Amino acid sequence: MAFTAPKETYTGKVYAVTIGTGDKAVTFGGENVLPFHSFEGVTPNRPVIAVEIQDVPPADWADTVKKPYEAVSGDPVTWAKFCQDELKARAIALRLIGTHPDRENRSPADAVKTVKDVLAAVQVPLIILGSNHAEKDTAVLVAVAEAAKDKNCIIGKAQEANYKTIAAAAMANNHKLIAMSELDINLSKQLNILITQMGFDKEKVITDPMCSALGYGIEYTYSVMERIRLAALTQNDVTMQQPLLGDVGMYVWKIKEASASEEDLPQWGALEERSIAWEAETAAALMIAGAELLIMRHPRAIKEVDNLIDELV
Amino acid sequence: MLIIGEKLSIIAKRVREAMMKKDKGPIQEIATRQWKEGSGIIDANIGPAEDGGEELMQWMVTTIQEVVPLPICLDTTNFKAIEAGLKVHNNQWGRALVNSTSNDPERFPILELGVKYNCDVIGLTVGKGGLPADAEERAQIAAEIMGRAMEYGLPLDNLYLDPLVLQIATTQDQARHVIEAVKLFQHINEPPMKTVVGLSNISNGCPKPLRPILNKHMFVLLEDAGLTAAIADAKEMAEVAEERKLILDVMAGKEIEDKQKMMEIRKTLDVIMGRTLYAHSYLEM
Repeated sequence: MAFTAPKETYTGKVYAVTIGTGDKAVTFGGENVLPFHSFEGVTPNRPVIAVEIQDVPPADWADTVKKPYEAVSGDPVTWAKFCQDELKARAIALRLIGTHPDRENRSPADAVKTVKDVLAAVQVPLIILGSNHAEKDTAVLVAVAEAAKDKNCIIGKAQEANYKTIAAAAMANNHKLIAMSELDINLSKQLNILITQMGFDKEKVITDPMCSALGYGIEYTYSVMERIRLAALTQNDVTMQQPLLGDVGMYVWKIKEASASEEDLPQWGALEERSIAWEAETAAALMIAGAELLIMRHPRAIKEVDNLIDELV
Repeated sequence: MLIIGEKLSIIAKRVREAMMKKDKGPIQEIATRQWKEGSGIIDANIGPAEDGGEELMQWMVTTIQEVVPLPICLDTTNFKAIEAGLKVHNNQWGRALVNSTSNDPERFPILELGVKYNCDVIGLTVGKGGLPADAEERAQIAAEIMGRAMEYGLPLDNLYLDPLVLQIATTQDQARHVIEAVKLFQHINEPPMKTVVGLSNISNGCPKPLRPILNKHMFVLLEDAGLTAAIADAKEMAEVAEERKLILDVMAGKEIEDKQKMMEIRKTLDVIMGRTLYAHSYLEM
């Protein structure tokens, strides 16, 4: 007798989210099965990898990931065009890290100029991220959301401490919104509820349960993502059916394994291979757990994950 | 169901201050109130009580029993304080209860006190490392505690098994494991083992208006599972009388007249049984 693979049927589905405008708009999510279980249902969209750039030169990035952007990262516009034209990025994540009070402390007006310049230079969808300073992000993200009005960007990240203002700005200017909580599935659900109770469309939210790098608590992120997906699909929980974000690059490239030299730690192997593999592995794991949107840094790591997606879809 | 009145706990500011000042007034007032509300035992939780624990426990036991004809649940990790409390406990009102022994070797000697003073002992089904994952693991630990009680010579009738209620806001799936454990515990012996829980921990960390709702539903589910005793708010549990039938009806899939109440019960049962993910605003969804 021929073998028939057992199939699971699910009651819920993940919302499909489209970002950007025109030909270059991209859609992710929309599946009614666990990640890549195309044999059980529909998986209409492949995960999207957004290439990360920032508003100030990446002085704090590890050398390995600084190198491919050496010639372009002095200016966010050149950097964004390089990602779109040379790396063929499907989306770009612009992190306004320079607005952080402990960094360059750039003003909301500075951030607005950067966002406008980048938007004028590229056609691919833009994800606009603050500096993760709850208070400063409120001012910065409200200003840039308005500057990017109707460009259908993703604005992030809204957290428990500042979600009201940021969600209102995203709503008023027709953007999608990242809702971030800190590795707690119940608080993640709660934040989604609070945001939708403001009148924000639940199908325009992207859930970020908070990333962690391989070796630095990835199992927590993995588990929260997996449980969110199961709640969405098996319990048809409408507050948990948003696509998931894996903000991978930022977490991977600050760990020791991404910068420790071969001279210091020869047993860890070649630094370049090691660190790129680290980013790719972290992203791949989170994609398997349920992330439909990944923010990554190194072009080779991105390529590897893209190849993996090709094999899985 | 036997209610062990939970209100005399060092965690409460008023009680803590009264304990520190040895002010009998608030202690006796709260004890009396809990007795009137239907408590069968009064919990005296003095915390770890590393300094002066013996004297404090004796003062608590005598202060409470001066005005209330009930046994006391001696709730502390301080072995000497428990023994001191047992020495002055008035057994005329029933056997004292000690909280608790467990599978942690440091807690084994509590069983000796159970034998020496013929009191009841709570056996918390946790080991030294980590929390039990599910009902089966709790039953396994329960069996070990029972075996040890028999070795020490404590009759199983003096043992209450406690599956350890955890916070629904952080460890949601443990709620149904606890309910399942209460059922399992009764099967490991004939006559069935007595069971007890620290009920209110289920709603610890939840918004204040939710707490009585979660406590009462958990109570009815545990009662339905055969629970013997609960360390709980006696006033809240007295209110369960009005709601028990409604909750049981909704559990059985029946429609009840008050639709809003029906939704509240359904959603709360779904959260406790792990059918929907808990969030602080779950009732609003």
